[in-house]
Amino acid sequence: FMHTRSCGKYDPPPAKYGGRHTVTLIPGDGIGPELLNHVKEVFRFCCVPVDFEVVHVNSAVETEDDINNAITAIRRNGVALKGNIETKHTMAPSVKSRNNLLRTSLDLYANVMHCQSLPGVQTRHKNIDIMIIRENTEGEYSNLEHENVSGVVESLKIITRTNSLRIAEYAFQLAREKGRKRVTAVHKANIMKLGDGLFLQCCREVASDYPDLTFDSMIVDNTTMQLVSKPQQFDVMVMPNLYGNVVSNVCAGLVGGPGLVPGANYGRDYAVFETATRNTGKSIAGKNIANPTAMLLASCMMLDHLKLYDYASMIRNAILSTMNETRLHTADLGGQGTTSEVVQSIMRVIQTTAS
Amino acid sequence: MAGTAWRSAILNLLKQWGLSLYGKDKIKAQEVSQVVGALKKESLQPRTFTRGIHTVTLIPGDGIGPEISTAVMKIFEVAKAPIQWEERNVTAIQGPGGKWMIPPDAKESMDRNKIGLKGPLKTPIAAGHPSMNLLLRKTFDLYANVRPCASIEGYQTPYTDVNLVTIRENTEGEYSGIEHVIVDGVVQSIKLITEQASQRIAEYAFEYAKNNQRASVTAVHKANIMRMSDGLFLRTCREAAEKHKDVKFNEMYLDTVCLNMVQDPSQFDVLVMPNLYGDILSDLCAGLIGGLGVTPSGNIGANGVAIFESVHGTAPDIAGKDMANPTALLLSAVMMLRHMGLHGHAQKIETACFDVIRDKKALTKDLGGNSKCSEFTDAICQRVRELV
Repeated sequence: FMHTRSCGKYDPPPAKYGGRHTVTLIPGDGIGPELLNHVKEVFRFCCVPVDFEVVHVNSAVETEDDINNAITAIRRNGVALKGNIETKHTMAPSVKSRNNLLRTSLDLYANVMHCQSLPGVQTRHKNIDIMIIRENTEGEYSNLEHENVSGVVESLKIITRTNSLRIAEYAFQLAREKGRKRVTAVHKANIMKLGDGLFLQCCREVASDYPDLTFDSMIVDNTTMQLVSKPQQFDVMVMPNLYGNVVSNVCAGLVGGPGLVPGANYGRDYAVFETATRNTGKSIAGKNIANPTAMLLASCMMLDHLKLYDYASMIRNAILSTMNETRLHTADLGGQGTTSEVVQSIMRVIQTTAS
Repeated sequence: MAGTAWRSAILNLLKQWGLSLYGKDKIKAQEVSQVVGALKKESLQPRTFTRGIHTVTLIPGDGIGPEISTAVMKIFEVAKAPIQWEERNVTAIQGPGGKWMIPPDAKESMDRNKIGLKGPLKTPIAAGHPSMNLLLRKTFDLYANVRPCASIEGYQTPYTDVNLVTIRENTEGEYSGIEHVIVDGVVQSIKLITEQASQRIAEYAFEYAKNNQRASVTAVHKANIMRMSDGLFLRTCREAAEKHKDVKFNEMYLDTVCLNMVQDPSQFDVLVMPNLYGDILSDLCAGLIGGLGVTPSGNIGANGVAIFESVHGTAPDIAGKDMANPTALLLSAVMMLRHMGLHGHAQKIETACFDVIRDKKALTKDLGGNSKCSEFTDAICQRVRELV
């Protein structure tokens, strides 16, 4: 079994209703709702031919009806934009993470994150340009836990050949398409010899089909050490689920924080866009201080996915202009701007560019 | 302490200070208060006590191990630290029944001395025996790996305000080594979390915080995804926090910790976590302060055993060429002195080491200089003499 669907041959779901696309919108908790409202505002302002079908998911209830509705809506529309749904771990362990359920049900096997240093943002490291491709459905997030003996819990980490080949194939395809030179597999195969060993082996197999790209591997603890001292050495990185969590958060922190980086979850048939670090941001919710950049850039990625490239570039350029030239920053970047001020600035830039 | 215990403790201390209650060496009132002060400060633990000298098992290790151990011994001698070294080799041998174990004289020495200092050990690939570090861990039940990470003033990294400690559970978790091939192409690795091990590490974390004047303990977990396993770990940490109300406790997701660590490491104090997260985070923090060549580390075991070690590799390419950097082993030895309550000597040696690094006149190659290991060591010895 070899997954051969190339990123370029993708056909977005047809814009059946008057040439307009319908996209599922899941507000989530914390800062999700307000940021997605801003996305809707910007889209309306730019007359983007996208209609949002809003599906609310209540994280406080135990039943899975809400999340199942959301999943059905995404199956119908093919594309979604979401905020993070909170996981209350005061509830029983059988109440699984809603975000995880969504990813596994829709088989969104690849989580893609592009970390780039932005000239307008002050950071300790410069010139970072890393693409992180993280396996999104199995590994440590398999939700298989049991307590056979009281006080002894076993959690299963599952690695399969199929999924490892699939994610490796995705990584190399993407690297080739974007003109990147090197793919690094991150693992801990010296300790988890069978599990991560299988992952590494699959990566090597796929690498042999891409002689134009250099392939190497690095152990995860060394990777984090290298990332904080010399992050410029990394190009494209591919890894299983948990290491992906660590590495993507480290990289997001290196380029300026959770408010800046968008993330995408791709499956064979569906795509869901969100912020890369998936924070709920409960402590800053409703205060108009959250950074809208990550969510807005995620919506641009969604527009690219729907092949509405012109709208995507227009909005993206306006965002980057506000970030790098006007330098209007929110509190997380050390600035004084409010969320609405930043969004207004972006819309002003769009207006002046369009006229 | 009971009356007789106080009496023998006082008499021991007097002997250590070369004083006596009788005869021409009769002590003065001032010396009495010195003794009482020393009693209050220094924790009297059962150690090998030969006229106040502590015996420590030294495992030089492989590669650059012997040279950096010699450097540390030299510096300790100049600092007049009351340490006597007992060198042992821990290359695995096969015992009766074919089971791999460390040489019995090494085990006996460690069991007697309780404190050990270890250099880097090489793990031969096809030797048939498990990694030496794993063997040591199992033999002495080294359940806690402690790594204090503090920015070194003379060694510039992009992060200047790091001052945290990572405490990692070292026996179970994701490194339990239990893996199976379910069917061809599907592998399952088991992460084991037990209440007992979690309790032990949580207790140790709070004790460490108290003994080292640290303000807060943060539990790092992923209980939103691994509900039962990390949930159990978190619950035991909360229970331990209840028993130690004087230390602040909070919990943070692993991803949030990673995110915040690279943006503002100064917000973290003591971090406690299961095995895998600990492995990644402790190396991340080592990277923040300059790498494994300058990071100390200690392993705490059951029965009062503690082995302090340098966590870098054996560096076979520079072994024997007098190019190695002994800082990691030296700082681990300083950690060992603090663990034993010899704060004065620890402070002296640590200050000397940091001063030499800050001066930048005699740095080894990995620190950016051109000096030999022996020159670096001599510079530190010189500084120690000045500080005495």
